[in-house]
Amino acid sequence: MITVESLTRRYAGFTAVDNVSFTARPGRVTGFLGPNGAGKSTTMRVMVGLTAPTSGSATIHGVRFADLPNPGLEVGVLLDASAQHAGRTGREILSVAADTMGLPRTRIDEMLELVSLTPNEARRRVRNYSLGMRQRLGIATALLGDPRVLILDEPANGLDPAGIRWMRDLLRGYADRGGTVLLSSHLLHEIEVIADDLVVIGNGRIVASGTKEELLAAAGTLARSTAPRDLAHALEQAGIASVLAGDGSVRTDADPARVGAVALAAGVALTELRSAEGAGLEDMFLSLTADTQREGVAA
Amino acid sequence: MTATTVSPTTGTDGTAAFRARRPARPIPAARLVKVELRKMFDTRSGFWMLLSIGVLSVVATGAVIIFAPDEAVTYESFATAIGLPMSVILPMIAILGVTSEWSQRSGLTTFTLVPGRGRVIGAKATATFLVGVVSMAVAFAVGALGNLAGSALAGVDTVWDISLSTAPQIVLGNLVGMAIGFTLGVVLRNSAAAIVGYFVVSLVLPGILALLAQLREWFSDVQPWIDWNYTQVTLFDGATNTGREWAMLASTTAIWIVLPLTVGLLFLRRSEVK
Repeated sequence: MITVESLTRRYAGFTAVDNVSFTARPGRVTGFLGPNGAGKSTTMRVMVGLTAPTSGSATIHGVRFADLPNPGLEVGVLLDASAQHAGRTGREILSVAADTMGLPRTRIDEMLELVSLTPNEARRRVRNYSLGMRQRLGIATALLGDPRVLILDEPANGLDPAGIRWMRDLLRGYADRGGTVLLSSHLLHEIEVIADDLVVIGNGRIVASGTKEELLAAAGTLARSTAPRDLAHALEQAGIASVLAGDGSVRTDADPARVGAVALAAGVALTELRSAEGAGLEDMFLSLTADTQREGVAA
Repeated sequence: MTATTVSPTTGTDGTAAFRARRPARPIPAARLVKVELRKMFDTRSGFWMLLSIGVLSVVATGAVIIFAPDEAVTYESFATAIGLPMSVILPMIAILGVTSEWSQRSGLTTFTLVPGRGRVIGAKATATFLVGVVSMAVAFAVGALGNLAGSALAGVDTVWDISLSTAPQIVLGNLVGMAIGFTLGVVLRNSAAAIVGYFVVSLVLPGILALLAQLREWFSDVQPWIDWNYTQVTLFDGATNTGREWAMLASTTAIWIVLPLTVGLLFLRRSEVK
């Protein structure tokens, strides 16, 4: 359980994190979303005590991270896979972490196997690692102490498709065992597949948070028909606001069951009817963070 | 690399609970010192730095045996020859032990595993001290062997002209150099800047202060109290004997080590690790 309460971090002249509150619950994967520079990484650094908050607090199971006696056994952290001494071998980095936490050396081989780094790769210096390999090593370091809470910043970066699938299964299994997982990403598809809960941040403020179902349900329904104008008209008659898009699809905030019933009553044949989930997260993300996007994308 | 799905615990059941919690105990300081010692030498640069102390001791000893005239084959010649490279390399080890956490960004992991940054820096200081003392012991031993071998080869009497009271002062002198390096590391938190800084305060500064002392007579009286090189050289000569000389050493140590280290630590503990 991670609890963030009224967290604010101000730098000279600008506020990176502005009164942010949310919880990441056990047994759930919480996706932390936001455009570049929205404050995701700053929030995560405050959580693990690398950055001091200006006000507010972040706690792990009710305890400030800095007050945990041996944090590696409670919280697995991966903030930047490249933040390692390039001159150490992969195995050495795990050895140093295991020694610090007071874990047996056997744990290192278990972790190397878990993240699929071969003994040969583990003997190489991190300088020669690809980003994907560093990411795997970072995951191994985070999982070393068998912590109940994971805080991962962009863990899927640099992983190949098989690696992304592997990471997804790993985190899912982790949450299913009762672990708390908080991961940030701007790979929306990744988050959509894996996250149970979402926290969306823009310009340092929370713009939306809740379960994925709640947030995406708000994105409404997408319907297609051979006669889209008739469908839109029928919906209007039924008092449902809808938008007729240029590609002939009809979007509305009503749920699919209602749209289907209206179409049936009006005798309009539907060719497609679904919750607008496919592009839902992306649409939601872009509309929620529209004000904060660098490109000024209009939703 | 193949991607496999393995549950983090050895249990095969995907829904197995986390293993029973150990009563969480704080990380003991001795373990932190051990880890920091390991980190000083587990990289290629760290390894060669350590090895170079041994290698240069032997090379310096060999040079004395080959080039020194017979009457100069004394323990002091060996100690001086070995001491020079040591006095340069040891501070570098002290600097890199601290700054690599920032320059190599490994601090992101270090300070999340041990949030008490003061404890980490304390462990680093202890590890640095141990490396200094052991290196000096090795250097004295290599010098002693060189002195025995050199005097035998030259066919002269073996001269032990470093007294038991001088040796600890030479060790202390080197520890002062390491402490200056360590302090620069804590204050600057950047390898390149700290190394340059060390050469400025150990090579450039003494020249400026000496010049100042020549030009302004009053300054020559003040210099021993504020010039750490001055008091360090006195230590290397084994000439810190009177209470006044020890007070001078205390004064330069306070100015160049205690004060900046305290301020640096305050900033380091509050600074953002990125």
